[in-house]
Amino acid sequence: MTAVVAEHDDHHDHHDHGPEKGVLRWIFTTNHKDIGTLYLVFGLIMFFVGGAMALVIRSELFEPGLQFVDPNFFNSMTTMHALVMVFGAVMPAFVGLANWMIPMMIGAPDMALPRMNNMSFWMLVAGVLLLASTLFMEGGAPSGGWTFYPPLVFQNGKSFPFAIFSVHLLGISSIMGAINVIATIFNMRAPGMTLMKMPLFVWTWLITAFLLIAIMPVFAGAVTMLLTDKFFDTSFFDAAGGGDPVLYQHIFWFFGHPEVYVMILPTFGVASTIIPVFARKPLFGYASMVYATGAIAFLSFIVWAHHMFTVGMPVAGELYFMYATMLIAIPTGVKVFNWTATMWKGSMTFETPMLFSIAFVVLFTMGGFTGLMMSVAPVDFQYHDTYFIVAHFHYTLVPASIFILMAAGYFWLPKWTGNMYNEKIGRLHFWLSAVSVNILFFPQHFLGLAGMPRRIPDYAIQFADWNMVSSIGAFIYGFSQLLFVYIVIDTIRGGTGEKVSDEVWEDASKHSLEWTVPSPAPYHTFSTPPARIPTEHF
Amino acid sequence: MSEDIGQKNTKLVRKLALVAIAMFGFGYALVPLYDVLCDLTGLNGKVEGQAVQEVAYQVDNSREVTVEFLTSLNESTPMLFRSEVKSMKVHPGEYYTVNFYAKNTTNMPMIAQAIPSITPGLAAEFFKKTQCFCFTEQTFAANEEKTMPVRFVVEPTLPERYKTVTLAYTFFDNTNISKK
Ligand code: HEM
Ligand SMILES: [Cu+2]
Repeated sequence: MTAVVAEHDDHHDHHDHGPEKGVLRWIFTTNHKDIGTLYLVFGLIMFFVGGAMALVIRSELFEPGLQFVDPNFFNSMTTMHALVMVFGAVMPAFVGLANWMIPMMIGAPDMALPRMNNMSFWMLVAGVLLLASTLFMEGGAPSGGWTFYPPLVFQNGKSFPFAIFSVHLLGISSIMGAINVIATIFNMRAPGMTLMKMPLFVWTWLITAFLLIAIMPVFAGAVTMLLTDKFFDTSFFDAAGGGDPVLYQHIFWFFGHPEVYVMILPTFGVASTIIPVFARKPLFGYASMVYATGAIAFLSFIVWAHHMFTVGMPVAGELYFMYATMLIAIPTGVKVFNWTATMWKGSMTFETPMLFSIAFVVLFTMGGFTGLMMSVAPVDFQYHDTYFIVAHFHYTLVPASIFILMAAGYFWLPKWTGNMYNEKIGRLHFWLSAVSVNILFFPQHFLGLAGMPRRIPDYAIQFADWNMVSSIGAFIYGFSQLLFVYIVIDTIRGGTGEKVSDEVWEDASKHSLEWTVPSPAPYHTFSTPPARIPTEHF
Repeated sequence: MSEDIGQKNTKLVRKLALVAIAMFGFGYALVPLYDVLCDLTGLNGKVEGQAVQEVAYQVDNSREVTVEFLTSLNESTPMLFRSEVKSMKVHPGEYYTVNFYAKNTTNMPMIAQAIPSITPGLAAEFFKKTQCFCFTEQTFAANEEKTMPVRFVVEPTLPERYKTVTLAYTFFDNTNISKK
């Protein structure tokens, strides 16, 4: 009895026990689990907003000719779809996972900087709302592409400065989030949790956070230069004043290439966490996974001009960026090899998270291969700015990052809610997604090779058939994602009714600490450090 | 959370925030870096913005280089702009003059700036101009038409592999910016 009272007092200094009641809980919360939930829900909503925009695009492209939207709005849709998906859906969703899982995986009571955590979330919301508001402005939302290339970007109407300020807000939010992740991992690890014992998800996020701190400010600088070029007569990118528009492309892609890795490294981390659990084997090559992640991050800074093979670089530049880009395939190959080797002779079972993860390994590799094709400078002259590249990056983002985010949802929902999701509907969701995503994106390879340019609302009739197939795939894919929403809500409400164990998945607690706390995870975990550090994962 | 961790966090946050600010600066530093790199290597085909002294070269009559002239207008510049000839064959080391015509098609005075560029970029350093309308802004009266000579030489040191050099000009309407 006395012991209980003593413990009670202990906690009282800094926290009360459960969450506050009502909406205020969500507005003022500094709890890593609450903030993680906020990020995840926000990301999911934005996934559907961005998805709706994609369906506008695919509706217009269903047949040749202009049928539903005017070309300027069409271009706004491609631009906004990309911005919403990158900055509103994928990145926030991974920050949400980081918030939920990193403290639990390293045995920490919370994130290192809980108040900053709250602030970065609400700044993200402000940034995305500002961006969304441009849809209703004179001249429409930004329509010059998510890359904001000058001088095209200056043709945007009133929305131009708002889009830039929104990028500033999103940038500050990501930088704060990244600082928080680094501080948490460096200062809050439980005793015994050495760096090389951390689960790979934590490792990949640590490296991602460093990438973010290095690149988001550069992007903020680049768009600020656009802003002053337009309104304050500077000439960073204005040839008439001695500037050079190609310079913008260099600065942008110095940010832009690492940015694509910001979306894929945490994906690698989650895959490396899920696959061993369902293969019932330790992860193959833990250390090589860590080093490969580091190598990919390092290389991502020195390959940016592979996005610019056609701007008129001299041969020496083309060759350098070609070979440097090809190098990325090596650490990426190491990873694919390790995932495959982890499954090799494992006692595999195929629950929904594992299905999504296996599909990720296969389909991401396809995206990697088309990347390798485009890294060959002379042939990229054919692929550049066609649907081939659209196919490339959608293979690396949708059946990779998005599939893994879904896998993460299924994998950890039982831990978060204490309830089991409906496996049957989960598998239905998987199969619909896996089939339709290929109907959606595979034909785009053919379209690109045949010469269909990206970002056009109308096209020559020889492209009609594959566009129709692609659009049909898009609608099946889009609507089948509603199953996920249904499952999430259903699971929160009780799911199958089966109470899940602390471990949820067989022997999961050997792999990582979050499976040692009760399900659902209590509001505060690891107020006292864990007694034992799992070592199965390396 | 103990005091100790609080202090460690503050220190780390300061350092990381400094890195972020430094990277913001680095974005801006890329601008002069890019210019210096392009100046040194001539990678982007930018040509000197100033006239060079006319010096006599040993004319290389053994080979001919084709020099092409391209004229274009920035998006909404209200002008007519063309060159006297589309291309000419030149001997390295010899000076040539070619005329360009530009007309202000508005009823208002206009200040315009022409920006030259050379392709292939690495040939730019061998292409010298002693006279060009691109060295300064040009003022046009309403509807004025001008004939503007360009005097240039292709240096004999131009590597053999360059058979064709293209000189492109784009005229920008700077009236609004220059008036301020
Ligand atoms: C083996 C690894 C990869 C290689 C060699 C590679 C190579 C390339 C190349 C050469 C391009 C430029 C194509 C062009 O514009 O003509 C490109 C574009 C792109 N890649 Fe990759 N890539 C790889 C992996 C990834 C990953 C993992 C992602 C994202 C998660 C990604 C996302 C993108 C995006 C978004 C673009 C297009 C950007 C735009 O123009 O809007 N790539 N890639
Ligand atoms: Cu790239």
